[in-house]
Amino acid sequence: MASFKLNINNKQYDLDVDEQMPLLWVIRDFAGLTGTKFGCGIAQCGACTIHLDGSPTRSCSIPVSVAAGKKITTIEGISEKTDHAVQKAWIELQVPQCGYCQSGQIMSAIALLTTNPKPTDADIDTAMQGNLCRCGTYQRIRKAIHRAAELI
Amino acid sequence: MQQMHPSLKRRRFLQLAGITGTGFFLGLNTGCKSGPEIAAVSAPGKLFEITPYINIETSGVITIFNTKPEVGQGTWQSVPGLIAEELEVSLDQVVIKQTGGQSQFGNAQSVGGSSSVRGEFFTLRKVGAAAREMLIGAAAQQWQVPVEECYAENAFVIHKPSGKKLGYGALAETAAKMKVPAEPKLKDPKDFRIIGKSGGRPDIPLKSSGQAKFGLDVSVPGMVYASIERSPVIGSKLIKFDDADTRKMKGVLDVVTCKRIVGIFRHDSVAVIGENYWAALQGRKKLKTEWNHEGRDKLNSSDYAAGLRKLAAKKGLTDITHGSFEKEYAGAAKKLEALYETPLVSHSPIEPMNCVVRWNAPDQVEIWTSTQIPGDLVKEVAKEQSIPEANVHLHTMFNGGGFGRRLINDYVTDVVELSKKTGKPVKAIWTREDDTRLGPFRPMTFSALKGGISADGRPVALEHKVISPSIDAGLYPNFDPKKVDKTMMEGIADQKYEIPNLQTSFVYSPLDIPLLYWRAVTSTTLAFSHECFIDEMAVAAGKDPMAFRLDNIKKGSSAEKILNKLKEVSNWGQPLPEGHGLGVAQFEFFAGHCGYVVEVSKKGTGVQLEKIIAVIDMGTVVNPDTVKAQVEGAAVMALTAAIKNGITFENGQTVQTNFHNNPLVRINEMPAVDVHILADGGEIIKGAGEPGLPPFAPALCNAVFAATGKRIRKLPFDINNVG
Ligand code: FES
Ligand code: FES
Repeated sequence: MASFKLNINNKQYDLDVDEQMPLLWVIRDFAGLTGTKFGCGIAQCGACTIHLDGSPTRSCSIPVSVAAGKKITTIEGISEKTDHAVQKAWIELQVPQCGYCQSGQIMSAIALLTTNPKPTDADIDTAMQGNLCRCGTYQRIRKAIHRAAELI
Repeated sequence: MQQMHPSLKRRRFLQLAGITGTGFFLGLNTGCKSGPEIAAVSAPGKLFEITPYINIETSGVITIFNTKPEVGQGTWQSVPGLIAEELEVSLDQVVIKQTGGQSQFGNAQSVGGSSSVRGEFFTLRKVGAAAREMLIGAAAQQWQVPVEECYAENAFVIHKPSGKKLGYGALAETAAKMKVPAEPKLKDPKDFRIIGKSGGRPDIPLKSSGQAKFGLDVSVPGMVYASIERSPVIGSKLIKFDDADTRKMKGVLDVVTCKRIVGIFRHDSVAVIGENYWAALQGRKKLKTEWNHEGRDKLNSSDYAAGLRKLAAKKGLTDITHGSFEKEYAGAAKKLEALYETPLVSHSPIEPMNCVVRWNAPDQVEIWTSTQIPGDLVKEVAKEQSIPEANVHLHTMFNGGGFGRRLINDYVTDVVELSKKTGKPVKAIWTREDDTRLGPFRPMTFSALKGGISADGRPVALEHKVISPSIDAGLYPNFDPKKVDKTMMEGIADQKYEIPNLQTSFVYSPLDIPLLYWRAVTSTTLAFSHECFIDEMAVAAGKDPMAFRLDNIKKGSSAEKILNKLKEVSNWGQPLPEGHGLGVAQFEFFAGHCGYVVEVSKKGTGVQLEKIIAVIDMGTVVNPDTVKAQVEGAAVMALTAAIKNGITFENGQTVQTNFHNNPLVRINEMPAVDVHILADGGEIIKGAGEPGLPPFAPALCNAVFAATGKRIRKLPFDINNVG
């Protein structure tokens, strides 16, 4: 056990947890932010994607100790009114089906658009490869990222 | 069921439903022999037979109850939308509540078979229309004007001549006293505002902001976490376990045995209970277990497949015969034979199985979970625990994917046991490894096909023999292996081509692991064998595969319409670039009917997907965009099943453990699907969730043949190396 000060969505959390605990479970079970999902635990599905100092990170595969002192952003932290350009595009194109993978998809998409404001289909395919969607919303994700690029 | 005074029942129901001030309640009495009847929920003594659908509180809050769990197929919009359409409210004016399997909510609370909209299209509209008529009646009475002068719009009743209006909330109490119309007038489809329109799923903003609550997201005060160890060789008996090291781990609270109940199987399990999930999981890693495999560790997929191949030579149990196959096949000008093979596959919804249970001694239980079958879940828990169904309180959460996996309660009943034993609310979460290794799986089918072609190039004889294990054998103790298992024969008996001599048969091969329905069930494998073999027959007849199909399709059938539409939108027959090929397939089964044209190009030793066109026949469509989304997604799932490795067993254990070795198709592997909907309107409504799956693999494999001359008869195949 160790105590950590975590900055999640610009809020400070003082938490007492096992330092090996993956950041994912700290975010979900200790900070109570359940928008970030568990799908595989081995960095294969992307459902747990968050931003660590701005870069997309699989929170299931890094221990909480690595995140201390860094800026953590989860899906709950990207907008207050579900009005980030990516969210608007997601709603406009009705991307989610079951929706379970979509927090991770949106976090990866935002990270992509931050570094590449006008991505091509190939750029999108490369950046979004780490996010599985069992419902198969891939073509809408591609379209919605282009749409979000217009909206930003 | 306990006896309760109707007013108490009503109060308890309102608590369950989370309704505060009531005014007007309308639902369906599902207890009638002649079919469901519209009824006021307050009808004395009737409460427990009535499925409530609409509640209008005097404050103006309108609640629509959705009895169909949302698994991604859009029932959160399409089912309440049917009611809202006739009630003259928009979905953003209402609160949607998911029902929880209580008997008060009726028997129709399951999602499977692409049936949600098909099954409810008229009945739910009638409930909405009845409510509208009662509200209009109430207003007319209050204003002392003829009913004909009033109409409903946007949650108001309006008096046309004077322009007076009253909100539904203000009318609720009077409306509740109006006579319930047995046959309310439904709206003319040309006046629809919701049905037939795209978009507007109210769950989508929730799912784009992390706010949608799935089973995994539930927590209740005092909750502990469980991670459950089961034999990696599915179904082995627990000899003993040593939890000394586990109990030393920080955060581990307890170690408790339980049973996984999956169909007829009862599998020994040991649960590690922790203060948090991570602690439980770490504790589980230190657990030492010893299992008696009783021969189950001898299961090897390659041996099992060899067994199926051998059985293919056996005469099967005949399912249907038209004409005389043996004779006409023997006399056919051209004869062909082929064996088609498919694998076991996993459901792998991205939300792993999970459940929260709070056992309230002595005999009440509260459950929060993602499920496709709220009603059956309540029944099974009540039965296992020998408590009345009314004591099981279920909160149905959003499902992070179902695909059939959540049609069984194996991830719930054991947690009920754990909560009862520990005296605490328990949350159990399967790891992805648990999910991948323990099934249930979609069974494989092997198909032995024989076809005869006449001298003038017509298909005159066809035999389709299915060799497979059985889903039902593992679900029902009274399964009879001497009878044809119809589930394993799906769609082929009424295949759509005019073939005068047709025979289908079944050879059963036991497989002692949990098997289950998978999205589009056995059609996902039989469409592949059937539609690829039709292609083989076309080639043998020297005909173009599209022309051969159209020449021999049943005239006037939906298959003919689908093929014609596919031909038109794919420009079938136009010259293609060098190395490209087109494949076509269509398949109808209980859920509906879809067809594809797929285009591939040669790329090295493999092929590349170029284009995917789908045509789905719907009759009447409730939300066209949702239908398109379902087909787009089904194609992705079908591609995974066609080209990724599936589940294989070695020494009784799955070789696959997680997504790295049980991969799913990723975004870079999937071109867009161009979906066309055939909607002639009218009373026929076909399903949307599943039909997009079965014809994809055969269209793809037929395209591979067209481009490369390689006939794929075994799934999965390597798209980068077709041999
Ligand atoms: S849960 Fe982290 S990548 Fe799957
Ligand atoms: S929307 Fe269901 S997994 Fe992506």
